[in-house]
Amino acid sequence: MNWKTSLIGLSIVAALAACSSTKPADAGAAAAGSGATIVDGSGAGGAGGAGALDPLKDPNSPLAKRSVYFDFDSSALRDADKATVSAHAGYLAGRPEQAVQIQGNTDARGSREYNLALGQRRAEAVKKSLQVLGVKESQVEAVSYGKEKPRATGNSEADHAENRRADIVYDGR
Amino acid sequence: MSMTIPTPWRRWLSGLVFAAVALVARAEMTVEIVGGDAGRLPIAVVPFKDEASRVREALTPTVKGDLGFTGVFRLLPTDGVANLPFAPGEIRHADWQAAGAKYLAVGRVEPASGGQVRIRFELVEVGSRRQLTQGEFTVGPERARDVAHTIADMIYEAVTGQRGVFNTRIAYVMKSGRDYLLQIADVDGGRPQTVLRSKEPIISPAWSPDGSRLAYVSFETRKPVVWVQNLATGARRAVGNFKGSNSAPAWSPDGTRLALTLTTSGNSQIYVMNADGGSPRRVAYSDAIDTEPTWTPDGASLLFVSDRSGGPQIYRVDAGGGTPQRLTWQGSYNVSPKVSPDGRRFTYIRKEGARFRVMLQEFGSSDARVLSDAAYNERPSFAPNGQMVLYASDEGRKSVLYAAHPESGQRIRLGTVDGDVQDPAWGPFNTP
Repeated sequence: MNWKTSLIGLSIVAALAACSSTKPADAGAAAAGSGATIVDGSGAGGAGGAGALDPLKDPNSPLAKRSVYFDFDSSALRDADKATVSAHAGYLAGRPEQAVQIQGNTDARGSREYNLALGQRRAEAVKKSLQVLGVKESQVEAVSYGKEKPRATGNSEADHAENRRADIVYDGR
Repeated sequence: MSMTIPTPWRRWLSGLVFAAVALVARAEMTVEIVGGDAGRLPIAVVPFKDEASRVREALTPTVKGDLGFTGVFRLLPTDGVANLPFAPGEIRHADWQAAGAKYLAVGRVEPASGGQVRIRFELVEVGSRRQLTQGEFTVGPERARDVAHTIADMIYEAVTGQRGVFNTRIAYVMKSGRDYLLQIADVDGGRPQTVLRSKEPIISPAWSPDGSRLAYVSFETRKPVVWVQNLATGARRAVGNFKGSNSAPAWSPDGTRLALTLTTSGNSQIYVMNADGGSPRRVAYSDAIDTEPTWTPDGASLLFVSDRSGGPQIYRVDAGGGTPQRLTWQGSYNVSPKVSPDGRRFTYIRKEGARFRVMLQEFGSSDARVLSDAAYNERPSFAPNGQMVLYASDEGRKSVLYAAHPESGQRIRLGTVDGDVQDPAWGPFNTP
């Protein structure tokens, strides 16, 4: 599958990038217009630090996508979200010190605690995918908000679908 | 003849401690009864002599509210009745019999030394003139509400033989704007007090068996963590704070241990740990979701929810571990179990189509009956005397509390003036 192949490529790039820089550079004012063409999640630091854009702050990076969605009563990753997960895996694999939290969510129907567990199952599914792609277990914490923090508060099927979601959260953002 | 306050009540009345409670919320709840009068016992509670002038809060409205709340009594009006009695000797039995009363409560309030008041009451069976119970209380006027709850307890026990629950309290989470307020209140919703306020969700409050502590799940650290908070001192600590999610705390009946759900194995599984902290011990094993543990009253086993068979169903397992036994076989979604205080039955939520119903099921039977009527209900819990079930019910844009009385089929709505009330938990008999 081309998905897997491209992932391996990303992981290698990420690992190389990590060698040249121990931490992502700050996205300073100078970076604002310069680094917008980074194509994978691993570019930060590649230029030697100062002035390079942290891809986490690049709105055009695949890393800008921080949510993956699930079908009703499912915790299986959709094909459409695999690129997002692989981009984050590449970024994280190259930065073993970078922690990330995966927050699972559910729609508003049913027991709070059972929904908390359903959200956890979604977060764990994302966590496992990241691990398969080379991210260390210790970097990732899978947690759940269950149905407690709905992004969409309506009762339409579109609202429910928006809430069946896992968010990839760096440093509380 | 008169009697003094029974020892447990006296101790409680004198030992009221709410020091740790941070602030009193303005949002109050009111009681509203839903359902018919059929089969309820007719009782009249005559406003006590001089109660309006001598106590800060009138006594008999609280007594009446309590008795109406049980589903056992039908309260007869006393407005407009000539020559209201204030003592057993003043009762015109023929008149009250004609009015349909089976029981009559009378009382009076007198000044006592030191600014206190003396409150006396008697419960009389109409016709037979039998005095079923009576009491005398000398308290500060501000304690009138406690005395009223105690009088209601005594009346309830004298008539039904069951211990009353009017001095017990409930815990729930109120959503107020962007805030989550963990509150405790009298069982009728009176005197709500906020014990925790947070911008992040709070769920799953659980009372310790002695009523002194609450366990709950707070998301204040950006993940679900199980906290235990002492209600008298306000001191609290994170006892379930492991990597991943920590949730669904349930006290063992002896108050020494907590069952809870942890995800350190990579899926939601049930553990038991010391209520003061320490190492959790896993109770059941599955590669599915196991959550919502709750203890049987003998402490020997746990009920919990698992979707190991596909949808969520309720199981029982020995508290020491073992092979779980499935208890629910009807419906594809059964969650949130709680066991009755006598250990004979359990309540839970069943999804049927788009409805989430409160169910009541005997152990040893797979049949269950419906206690709720609204479409969407959550988190039932038993009163400590087992006679009522408290749950949250969705009314469109907000959630309110109901108490169902399984024997009469009556439901009482604890309507909120303001806010959205969820995740109720009925506290134990008060023994601070």
